[in-house]
Amino acid sequence: MADGAKVAGGLMVFVALACAPIWLVLARRSTASQPEIELPVGQKRCVESAEFMRQRHAALLVDWRDAVVREGLNRYVASDGREFRISLTGTCLGCHTQASAFCDRCHAYIGVSPECWSCHVRPSENP
Amino acid sequence: MDRRDFIKTAGLGAFGLGGAAVGTALIRATTTKPSREVVRAKRWAMGIDLRACAQHPGCRKCIDACHAAHNVPSIPEPRHEVKWLWKATYERTFPEQVHEYTTATTREQPVPVLCNHCANAPCARVCPTGATWKRADGIVMMDEHRCIGCRYCMAACPYGARSFNWQDPRPYLHTVTADYPTRAKGVVETCTFCAERLVAGLPPACVEACQAAGFGALLFGDPDEPGAEIGRALRARDALRRSPALGTAPQVFYLV
Ligand code: HEC
Ligand code: HEC
Ligand code: HEC
Repeated sequence: MADGAKVAGGLMVFVALACAPIWLVLARRSTASQPEIELPVGQKRCVESAEFMRQRHAALLVDWRDAVVREGLNRYVASDGREFRISLTGTCLGCHTQASAFCDRCHAYIGVSPECWSCHVRPSENP
Repeated sequence: MDRRDFIKTAGLGAFGLGGAAVGTALIRATTTKPSREVVRAKRWAMGIDLRACAQHPGCRKCIDACHAAHNVPSIPEPRHEVKWLWKATYERTFPEQVHEYTTATTREQPVPVLCNHCANAPCARVCPTGATWKRADGIVMMDEHRCIGCRYCMAACPYGARSFNWQDPRPYLHTVTADYPTRAKGVVETCTFCAERLVAGLPPACVEACQAAGFGALLFGDPDEPGAEIGRALRARDALRRSPALGTAPQVFYLV
C-alpha cells in the first residue's frame, strides 16, 4: 500500500470539489434562490395559513373541484371559520389578481404546468 | 446483527419515518357545503310549453342566456358546432308524431331542444371514466375534468344533445363570463340543468330569461312537490317526450 497517501489525498480533493456548491452557498451565507411572487396587497390571510397553502394548495383545489362538480356543494368553511365561495377564478384569483406574477412564477420555478387555465378563466388576461 | 435483523430494523425505521411524514402532511379537516339558499329537489324536470313558445317566433332569449352564462362558443362550421340549447323543427324533434296530414307549418315549427336528463340515461351508462353520470336528483352531470374525449356518450345519446370540442372554443367566444370555465379542445360538453345555479338558489338561466321576458314558456321544478307549477301543468295538460319508445325516460316534457 505504498500509494495509500496519494489515493487518500486524491479522494479528499475529489470530495471537496464535488461538494463545492454546498461550500459556496455556505460561504455566501445565503439559501438557494426563491421565486419572486407578488402577494395580494391589502389582504392578510389566505384561505388557510400560508404554510398550509404552500404545501397543500393543489390538494385543496382538488377537494374544491370534487365538492362542486361531483357533490353539488359550493361553499368552503376554512379552519378558522371563514366561509368562501368555491371558485378558482372568483375566489383564488379574486385575491391573487396577478396569476402570472403569482401562480405562474412559482410553477415555472418548480417545473409544474397545471392545465387548469385552458378552461378556467383569468379575468384580466383572457380574450 | 445478522442480515435478517438488519433488514427488519431498517424496515421498521423506514416505516416510522414514512408514517411521520404522512402524519404531518395530512390535510386538515376540510368542510364543504352548499350555500344557504340552495334549491333542492328529489327529481328535477323541465316543461316546455310549445303553445306559449310558438307565440314568439324567432325568439332566442333562452338560448342566448344559456350560451352566454356557460361560455358556449358560436362556431359557424356545422360539423364543429357546440350547443347546449337550440331549436329544431317539430318534425325533427318528434318524428313519430308526424303523419301524412301534418301541415307544413306544424312540421316547420321551431322547438327548443336540450339534454333530456333521461331517467335512464344511455350516455351515463357508456361513459368509461364516470365523467358523465346521473345524480340522485336526476341531473345528468358532466365532469369536464374526467372527460377523455372518447365520445361514447355522443354515440349513445339518441337526441344529439352532446357536442365535442374539435378545436379550442375560445376564439369563438364573443364575450367571456369569467365565473364559468370555458371548455378545451378534446372534451365533450352538454347542458347540466344549470347545476351551478341551482346550488346557489337560482333557476336555470334559460328559464329565468324566458320568465323575465314574460313569455313563461319554460317551467322548471320538481313535479312531485305539492303545489309546484310544473307538476300541475304536467297533470293538467298533454305532454310529449322525445322518442319515448327508446325507454330513456326524458325529464324534459313538451306541453302541447
Ligand atoms: C382573501 C384573499 C385570498 C384568497 C381568497 C386566496 N388567497 Fe392565497 N394568499 C393570500 C394572502 C394574503 C397570502 C399571503 C399570506 C401570508 O404570507 O401569510 C396568500 C398566500 C398564498 C400562497 C402561499 C404563497 C407563499 O407565500 O409561498 C399560496 C400557494 C396561495 N395563497 C394560493 C391560493 C389559492 C390556490 C387560492 C384559492 C384556493 C387562494 N390562494 C385564495 C390571499 C388570498
Ligand atoms: C409558493 C409557490 C407556489 C405558488 C405561489 C402557487 N403554486 Fe401551485 N404548485 C406549487 C408546487 C410546488 C406544486 C407541485 C406540488 C404539488 O402538487 O403540491 C404546485 C402544484 C399546483 C397544482 C397541481 C398541478 C399538477 O400538475 O398536479 C395546481 C392546480 C396549482 N398548483 C394551482 C395553483 C394556483 C391556482 C396558484 C395561484 C393562485 C398557485 N398554484 C400558486 C407551488 C406554488
Ligand atoms: C376541460 C375544461 C376544464 C379543465 C382543463 C379544468 N377545469 Fe375545473 N371546471 C371545469 C368546469 C366546466 C367546471 C364546472 C364549473 C361549475 O359547475 O361551476 C369546473 C369546476 C372546477 C372547480 C369548482 C368551481 C370553480 O369554478 O372553481 C374547481 C375548484 C376546479 N374546476 C379546479 C380545476 C383545477 C385545479 C384544474 C387544473 C388542474 C381544472 N379545474 C381544470 C372545467 C375544467
